[in-house]
Amino acid sequence: MNSSDDTPYRVAERAARQSYGRLVAMLMARTSDLTAAEDAMSNAFLRALETWPRDGVPEKPDAWLFRVALNALRDRLRRTRAEDAALHDVARAFNQVEATFDSGIADERLAMLFVCAHPAIDESVRTPLMLQAVLGLDAARLASAFLLSPATLAQRLVRAKAKIRMARIAMTMPEPEQRALRIDDVLACIYAAYTLGSDGYGRDPRMAELSQNAIDLGELVAALAPEQPEAQGLLALMYLCESRRRARFAPDGRFVPLAVQDTSLWDRNLIAKGEQKLWDAARLKQPGRFQLEAAIQSVHCSRVETGHLPWDVIRDLYRQLLDLAPTLGATCGYASSLAEAGESAAALSTLDQIERKRVVAYQPFWATRASVLALLGRSAEAGKAYTTAIGLTEDAAVRAWLLEQRDALARHIER
Amino acid sequence: MKYAIIVYESPAEVAKRDDPADAPAYWAAYQAYSQTLVEAGVASGGTGLQPAGIATTIRIRGSERHVHDGPFADTKEQLGGLFVIEVPDLDTALKWAARCPSASTGSVEVRPVLLPPPGVTP
Repeated sequence: MNSSDDTPYRVAERAARQSYGRLVAMLMARTSDLTAAEDAMSNAFLRALETWPRDGVPEKPDAWLFRVALNALRDRLRRTRAEDAALHDVARAFNQVEATFDSGIADERLAMLFVCAHPAIDESVRTPLMLQAVLGLDAARLASAFLLSPATLAQRLVRAKAKIRMARIAMTMPEPEQRALRIDDVLACIYAAYTLGSDGYGRDPRMAELSQNAIDLGELVAALAPEQPEAQGLLALMYLCESRRRARFAPDGRFVPLAVQDTSLWDRNLIAKGEQKLWDAARLKQPGRFQLEAAIQSVHCSRVETGHLPWDVIRDLYRQLLDLAPTLGATCGYASSLAEAGESAAALSTLDQIERKRVVAYQPFWATRASVLALLGRSAEAGKAYTTAIGLTEDAAVRAWLLEQRDALARHIER
Repeated sequence: MKYAIIVYESPAEVAKRDDPADAPAYWAAYQAYSQTLVEAGVASGGTGLQPAGIATTIRIRGSERHVHDGPFADTKEQLGGLFVIEVPDLDTALKWAARCPSASTGSVEVRPVLLPPPGVTP
């Protein structure tokens, strides 16, 4: 955490954000109108940001926010002449507020996450919906993060919320046998937010914050569903990846690939937290995709202690991962680990088995393919693959790094 | 759907085109980008433009002809060129636009290409 986190405004913002999702979930459970719940909460949130930095965070921030939000909701219902029943519900909730916060009732945010990741909701909007409903991130910011036009995203969010209301997607916990299955949808959404935030490699502070938001959600799910190994595994994965954020770029802004990062810049505290979570998951004895991905990152992180990287171990873990989740990313990771473990020909054939149509715009495929071809001495083809990777890269520093790799290859051919 | 990816560059970026130290990386990045658009099967046209400083702008108001040296509007970032791509939707167009080198140095505007109304031949 850097020092800007300590300003009164940031302290207030963080405190308010931590309460936000829990309160939206509580309001939503009582009105099943996500839009109304969010409006009421944003209202309270803004009030908090006005007064808390000045007066300090109240002793019971949740109760404070909930009271303000309920007032807003009641006003809104009165204005729109909502049915008496809805007003009655809010009035009852209002009366319960003290009791609620004193007794510390069950956290409804997990049920809310299940709503946001519901199969009935368009897949492209689940992650933004979750970030908005549970953490209160605004649509304009989300649009930038997801590379969508703000109008498009706003429209999709509105549509999703209407669907929740109309289809009466219930805010209930799925049955135990359904839970493991449904939690995968929740975890996938959280991981999507995390990778998006680290795609910018963490230099854009707002993208870094998105990763932090994803970790916040991951901590929430891991705590609320301690019996779910994959929830622990995802949190381990995010902690371990996050531990290396500072090492991804040299002080002059140059990109530094994982295998040559300066391990003294890795955050050992986060690595320890990641390892702990991985153990928590392993104790439940049900391997899964996120646990394997976390295990791979854990091997990378072990370089901090051992100074070398056992690529054959990484390769074997990727092989297991591919059996469970044959994603493009896992296939590229497997191919790189094969190449690093000295099996470049096998690496290339792994990549060549992927249907070309799927990777036309997938940068990691081309960057991996380029380095594998270079290892095989097929420099001309490697150069071409680098060119495609360069054309598909968003990040200027990564682009510059790939250009350097290609130039080095060209110099090698000339010699 | 056709979209124009309109490239806006800062004067410093434009200057890289002729700078011996910066030109290779500048051109290599754009070359790779446009080659990748072609390989991905989305390229549909476009062109780069020489610096705005050598533009000549004409306005005719009534019978008066006004010709002046320089671009239509003097702005911090200048129009550097455009790519036209054919993709299914705006989401995809924005993904391609984000990969354009000027997205990280200047800005990129994405706009649907204008189609003439029915009955008007382009």
